[in-house]
Amino acid sequence: MFRFTLRRILQVVPTIVVVALLIFVIFSVVPGTFAASLFADGKRAADPQMIARLNEEFGLNKPLMERFVTYVTDLARFDLGTSFRTRQPVVDLINDRMGASLQLAVAAMAFAIVVGVPLGFLAALRPGSILDTVTMIGAVSGLSMPQFWLGLLMMYLFALQLNWLPSFGYGDGSLRNLILPAVTLGVTPLALLARTTRAGVLDVLNADFIRTAHSKGMSEAKVVRWHVARNSLVLIVTTVGLQFGSLIGQAVVIEKLFAWPGIGSLLVDSVAIRDIPVVQGTILVIVLWFLIINTAVDLVYAAIDPRIKQE
Amino acid sequence: MTTPLLDIRDLRLVVSLGRSAHHPLLKGVSFQIMPGEAYGLVGESGSGKSVTSLAVMGLLKRPLAVSGGEILFKGQNLLALPKREMRRLRGNRIAMIFQEPMTALNPLSTVGRQIAEMFVLHQGKSWGEAEKLAVEALGNVRVPNPDRRAKNYPHQMSGGLRQRVMIAMALACSPDLLIADEPTTALDVTVQAEVLRLIKELCAARGTAVLFISHDLGVIASICQRVGVMYSGCLVEENETRALFEGPRHEYTRGLLGALPRLGSRSEHGRQRLVDIDSIISDRSKLTESRFIAPRDLEGSQP
Repeated sequence: MFRFTLRRILQVVPTIVVVALLIFVIFSVVPGTFAASLFADGKRAADPQMIARLNEEFGLNKPLMERFVTYVTDLARFDLGTSFRTRQPVVDLINDRMGASLQLAVAAMAFAIVVGVPLGFLAALRPGSILDTVTMIGAVSGLSMPQFWLGLLMMYLFALQLNWLPSFGYGDGSLRNLILPAVTLGVTPLALLARTTRAGVLDVLNADFIRTAHSKGMSEAKVVRWHVARNSLVLIVTTVGLQFGSLIGQAVVIEKLFAWPGIGSLLVDSVAIRDIPVVQGTILVIVLWFLIINTAVDLVYAAIDPRIKQE
Repeated sequence: MTTPLLDIRDLRLVVSLGRSAHHPLLKGVSFQIMPGEAYGLVGESGSGKSVTSLAVMGLLKRPLAVSGGEILFKGQNLLALPKREMRRLRGNRIAMIFQEPMTALNPLSTVGRQIAEMFVLHQGKSWGEAEKLAVEALGNVRVPNPDRRAKNYPHQMSGGLRQRVMIAMALACSPDLLIADEPTTALDVTVQAEVLRLIKELCAARGTAVLFISHDLGVIASICQRVGVMYSGCLVEENETRALFEGPRHEYTRGLLGALPRLGSRSEHGRQRLVDIDSIISDRSKLTESRFIAPRDLEGSQP
């Protein structure tokens, strides 16, 4: 198990290197510069001298290869560069936002798991029942509804009409502020989880070893507890992992909508003004998050299924 | 005369095709198994062997349903038994071995634990005690190093070993009746022989009756005292194994035996051709309607 864990963790390293290179290449070819975007309000003509000075300051007029070397060596020292706009280290900027982002992602995922998995399980145990039908209709609706629209509806209902919860903002970081964005963000993974759980459990229920379990004279409840639960966990963990990993990236829209001070809104703001170091840094962090979750999922797999360690 | 252990009377099964329509699968099957007897059911795929055994176990799933008849086990009609009572019999008094040892065991649970479940369920043992009994049960089916093997997962075992695990599980509570549904079909021939011998010896030692289902006549001949031949949902012929092989009365049985390759069998043209059942039975649908009263049967093969 230790060697398996070590191998999985080491496999993350080359992926990060490749991703870092890709990010650099992409942002060295996108049109527009920070300097130009500063003067892009249309009121004033851009002062060529000013642009030249800014480019000089940020090293943007150096050859691509040289910039690349600086980028890589900085990265190796965990230095993500300095923001063009605030002149702060990108690491600090991300650090400030990471807490709020994690809070949102964890809350959304917890909501999705706590509601989605039991619903999918019950639906699979009684296929064709009212609960099953309602759950699956709900899941399809949840999957097809655009998140920002759902967010607006929630705001209107719970903040404006009922006045139960604050409509937006981080506030003092209390639970009241967290509920609306987390629930909105959690609806898609919830719907997906309910569906995959149902499919996974149904699959296991039709397996030969479940027939064996019944032939031993087990009650339905024991069959589910002893044989179905663990076997359907593999598919559930996969879905949870994939969703959790991409949740911070997905949160961009929700963070913007609810004015939530996370990584996502930092990314959107920075793209708009071509604050490339911040954009590169945030994307790298989002990718890193995805990789961490993925590796964690692989380790959980190995703990669930003895066949995986063998390979 | 002793009372039969299992007495199936005019069992009828249907597969429902929607609200009111249904198609018959078993059209009145009756046979008896005496205590300690090995009874074989042969027949082609789809003849109703397996569904008969599932009906005895009470494991029929929709859209399959019993539409008539009785299954008496020690005089008790299993079809009328409440679910809870049936669960107490299942695995405990009537146990079953399935065809596919590859998929019939839970891949995420050690085989020891899966055998131990039997003792926990039916004998009220603690898990600790049950695991010890499971090791013993593995030894009884001649698995080498049973205490180490009990900690194995199914994927760490060969097909033959897994089928031994299934046998250990089925015989854990010394049932009165063992249903073996093609238990050796998925195994290669040498392993097949070992597993058959194991079933035969263990059941003989415990006085366990066996309902052995197979389409392999050779396997049936080596293990069963009596054989029933099924075709298209009916039991078309039933006899002592030896008598059936020597003098099949029903034309389907004759076809079945004719399709059996025999080493060194020759006709005057050189190699003898195997008989194709369809060439014997000209019209299958007519056969079903006439309920299989074979012409030879009337000629009087009775002594």
